[in-house]
Amino acid sequence: MSEALTFHFDVNGEDFTSAGQASVRFKKNKRELGVDPEIIRRASIAMYEGEINMVIHAHGGVADVEVDEDAIKIVLKDQGPGIPDIAKAMQEGYSTAPDNIRSLGFGAGMGLPNMKRYTDEMQIYSTVGVGTTVTMKINLN
Amino acid sequence: MTVAEFAEKYSMEVLSMPEPAREIKGGYMGDLLSWVMGRAKADQAWITIMSNQNIIAVASLVDVACIILAEDVRLEESIVENAKAKGVNVLATKEPAFEIACQLSKEI
Ligand SMILES: Nc1ncnc2c1ncn2[C@@H]1O[C@H](COP(=O)(O)OP(=O)(O)OP(=O)(O)O)[C@@H](O)[C@H]1O
Ligand SMILES: [Mg+2]
Repeated sequence: MSEALTFHFDVNGEDFTSAGQASVRFKKNKRELGVDPEIIRRASIAMYEGEINMVIHAHGGVADVEVDEDAIKIVLKDQGPGIPDIAKAMQEGYSTAPDNIRSLGFGAGMGLPNMKRYTDEMQIYSTVGVGTTVTMKINLN
Repeated sequence: MTVAEFAEKYSMEVLSMPEPAREIKGGYMGDLLSWVMGRAKADQAWITIMSNQNIIAVASLVDVACIILAEDVRLEESIVENAKAKGVNVLATKEPAFEIACQLSKEI
């Protein structure tokens, strides 16, 4: 891998059941490139959590992935309601997910903590009423 | 023990088995998907009563050896097709999650 590879996915906010297609496709792709399976696993779970958050909390968004020799960088961007208190949102167990989403098994308030744990760097930029951007980086070495 | 051997020994219904020879190396029980993604490990058998489409993506990303549906839970046909397409093994049984965990503990 000498030059950076980039992927762009639109994450449809209406189609809840197909969320994760991007992450699964991304996973398959990385595996074919010969990246360490445990790194792929961490990166694709983190990406899926972010994707699901955009679907559940922000009516969808876009995902951009860039892979070079050193790292996998993921940027998830939405124009949803924003996160008023990021520190609170990062706490395990904190969730504003509605009941219909909880009945599908989401809404444990563990997504953002998982994203943090599975990546080497993570930042959340959010403005209420404007949207949220989450950036994550997973080092390859 | 492989997924196929486990299914056979405990008379589980096979809903999807694209990877029969996968070894089961432990188990994880849970229905909250972010807990599963945060705590379950690759090659474990994931015991759950969740039956919506998202379990297939979760199983694939976590890379579990198989999903075991407890309590006679079944999947819609489109979800079974998706499991097959994504290479996800899915077994089903009438037993509750605790009994399945006991069966697993004898084999690993
Ligand atoms: N993209 C987003 N836009 C707006 N709010 C968000 C976004 N992502 C997360 N949040 C807020 O942060 C909270 C915590 O997110 P987190 O992913 O940790 O939990 P959850 O999505 O509610 O449940 P889980 O991820 O366990 O299924 C959410 O309930 C929501 O209030
Ligand atoms: Mg979440």
